[in-house]
Amino acid sequence: MSSTLTVALAGNPNSGKTTMFNGLTGSRQHVGNYPGVTVEKKEGTCKYKGVKLHVVDLPGTYSLTAYSLDEVVARDFLVQERPAVTIDIVDASNLERNLYLALQFLELGIPVVIALNMIDVAESRGMRIDGETLSELLGVPVVPVVARSGKGKMQLLEAACSVARSREIRQPFEISYGEDLDSALAEMQPLIAQADFLTDTYPARWTALKYLEADEQIMEKGRKADAQVAGRLEKIAARITHHIESTMDTYPEALIADHRYGYIHAIMKQNVLQRDDNSDRMYISDKIDKVLTNQLLGPVIMLLTLMGLYQFTFTYSEVPVGWCGSLFGWLGGTVDQLLPDGLVKSLLVSGIIDGVGGVMGFVPLIMFMFFGISILEDTGYLARVAFMLDRVFRIFGLHGSSVMAYIISGGIAGGCAVPGVMATRTLRSRRERLATLLTAPFMNCGAKLPIMALLIAAFFAEHEALVMFGLTLLAWAVALLAAKLLRSTVITGESSPFVMELPPYRLPTIKGLLIHTWERTWQYIKKAGTVILGISILVWAMMTFPGLPDEAAQQFAQHRDEIRAAQPAAAEELAAAEEDTALPAGAEALQETLVEIEGRQAEAVLRNSIAGRIGIFLEPVSRLAGFDWRTNIALVGGFAAKEVIVSTLGTAYSLGEVDPEETGALPDILAASPVWSPLSALSLIVFVMFYAPCFVVVVCIAREAGCWKWGAFSLVFNTVLAFCLAVAVYQVGGLFL
Amino acid sequence: MKKKHSLRKMQVNQRGVIVSVGARGDLGRRIRDMGLVPGTEVAIVGRAPLRDPVAMRLKGFTLTLRNNEADHIIVETEGKDLI
Repeated sequence: MSSTLTVALAGNPNSGKTTMFNGLTGSRQHVGNYPGVTVEKKEGTCKYKGVKLHVVDLPGTYSLTAYSLDEVVARDFLVQERPAVTIDIVDASNLERNLYLALQFLELGIPVVIALNMIDVAESRGMRIDGETLSELLGVPVVPVVARSGKGKMQLLEAACSVARSREIRQPFEISYGEDLDSALAEMQPLIAQADFLTDTYPARWTALKYLEADEQIMEKGRKADAQVAGRLEKIAARITHHIESTMDTYPEALIADHRYGYIHAIMKQNVLQRDDNSDRMYISDKIDKVLTNQLLGPVIMLLTLMGLYQFTFTYSEVPVGWCGSLFGWLGGTVDQLLPDGLVKSLLVSGIIDGVGGVMGFVPLIMFMFFGISILEDTGYLARVAFMLDRVFRIFGLHGSSVMAYIISGGIAGGCAVPGVMATRTLRSRRERLATLLTAPFMNCGAKLPIMALLIAAFFAEHEALVMFGLTLLAWAVALLAAKLLRSTVITGESSPFVMELPPYRLPTIKGLLIHTWERTWQYIKKAGTVILGISILVWAMMTFPGLPDEAAQQFAQHRDEIRAAQPAAAEELAAAEEDTALPAGAEALQETLVEIEGRQAEAVLRNSIAGRIGIFLEPVSRLAGFDWRTNIALVGGFAAKEVIVSTLGTAYSLGEVDPEETGALPDILAASPVWSPLSALSLIVFVMFYAPCFVVVVCIAREAGCWKWGAFSLVFNTVLAFCLAVAVYQVGGLFL
Repeated sequence: MKKKHSLRKMQVNQRGVIVSVGARGDLGRRIRDMGLVPGTEVAIVGRAPLRDPVAMRLKGFTLTLRNNEADHIIVETEGKDLI
């Protein structure tokens, strides 16, 4: 017998499932995907009394229907992977609704332990819950816990292990669904059992119930397994549905839900739940909501909160960003001195250190931003934002929950469109989902921040936070208008339900915030370490090869020699001069001339390189938006990943202008360059914000939308839109400046 | 005196009991999964700044619905009780 037990964590959203998962597994976790779908799969390990537990955090769901990806993933995992035990995290302060899912687990006949979480919150609200009676009535262990503090964790693991080890075959739980449905179930069950119809995965009664609920996934599976039995079951279901429609003006699925809640209500009545005081008392959350979602104060506070997040991120990350910058600057400088001139040094300094350093330098900023977003998310404030904005979003053919996808994508600058596009799966309507995932990449993701921060620092340094805030509003405006455009042209149709829970406000735990922040930051670092390293090298190669023809190189060398020969005295002084000492006037002038020639040579090399040729080829068109060929090279690199834009510009300029006085700051180089102006900087910012999403996002869009057509669509649509906007900025702006 | 009307017509702070849920399909499923079934007591907690969606409390948690979704839910109220 293997000593590893698989434990699934299941439960409603906001039930404290993730807190419990973090508490059990600590840092021993791994985030991946369920096979074939983009639903995040969190796994981790923990040890209890020498037994290794493999803990899987299932997506949080309210039910187990076939109509949401999360729910299908959860129920497929439970019946196919057959975890040794499923811990159902139940919010004790919200027992009735949480038991609705618990009942469905019991009906599935899987081994379950119920963790009565937040028992302290329930008690503080004057609720007394009799766990023992509940356990007796449901026939499964019930363990009171407080996931935040870890109270009851050991007892929970003990109960889970003993259930997992007992390996007794559990009888699926049976609920009466009223005369009509019960008789139908009684007719269907033997039929299913005799034919062994899907019985290797599902209990017979459960399959019968799903036929009555008209569950598409199960009916599809049934048809494939045994068309004849499936046909008979469908006939019975159709008959009973018709009967219920005509006698009660409702349908089986609704009736089943009503009975489940009725059953739970009956359980509550058997002294499981007692309230000490008036159940209508105002909760603290409601009091907070009276202010935070107030008609006048609510929107104001929302804007201030988002603005505050920027201040927090930019002000506090400044110092560590500086450290990172100097670390890579020092590294580049050291390598520069240690290695002889040549291709290897060029690759190391210009390709790898400058490229990766430019991206890694922003890690602190992104960390601070994620930390801020995690606070908003974990306190429950983000749900209020969705609540307040739904009316606005509906105007643009979207859904209040689109706000989540937008914010995660970078609606609060610094997100990432990859998880953002994935977050759209909480949207049920295909149309709103499609519109959201196609427009979410317009938000200012973390990868666009470096180039935006760079250009802002170079040209709009006095108003950093203000410009950043303005650009965020611009991103929202364009995304919403584009969504409206899409919803009224290519994706037309009705809107989907908004039904959403407003979780009570909670103080986030530091541990939860840190894990959350670290997870997202790590994804960014991983990208920098792999994809971007590769691209940096590729881009370096494109910018270095094929190099200058011998003839041209000789011309430059000849030119230098001629100049030296013309001023023999100064040349001698320059050659003899030691480093860091002031040069005589003649020698200094000579040095400047030589450096200028070197710069021209480097530029010639770049112009002649593969990247340079592409950039120059595009220049006649890109001139309309104010981009020169160097920028074009960077933008082409940005198709692979937006972070590359900065590193490529960095490489372009450090290769093109070898200036010993200015080894560092790219902002200063750009600000001093005659090609650049605040207007062209703004035009570039606008283009970067809206042009084709990075490759990873395009892949995600294609996968989430279900076909490559939409991935290709976003590439073309976004680039055309971005170019039009950038040209408009540059041309119209040019009229006024 | 008891009155039956749609949930949309309820005032903030008013209480009522759900009599029937007319919604079907996806909306019906979502509404029921969240516990909006006949016999459930609901109290309106507030409305979004633009008067829509509406937030209500039931079974110890807060749920939000759009006004046009609340239309499908018939409630029975008793005058204008304040909590």
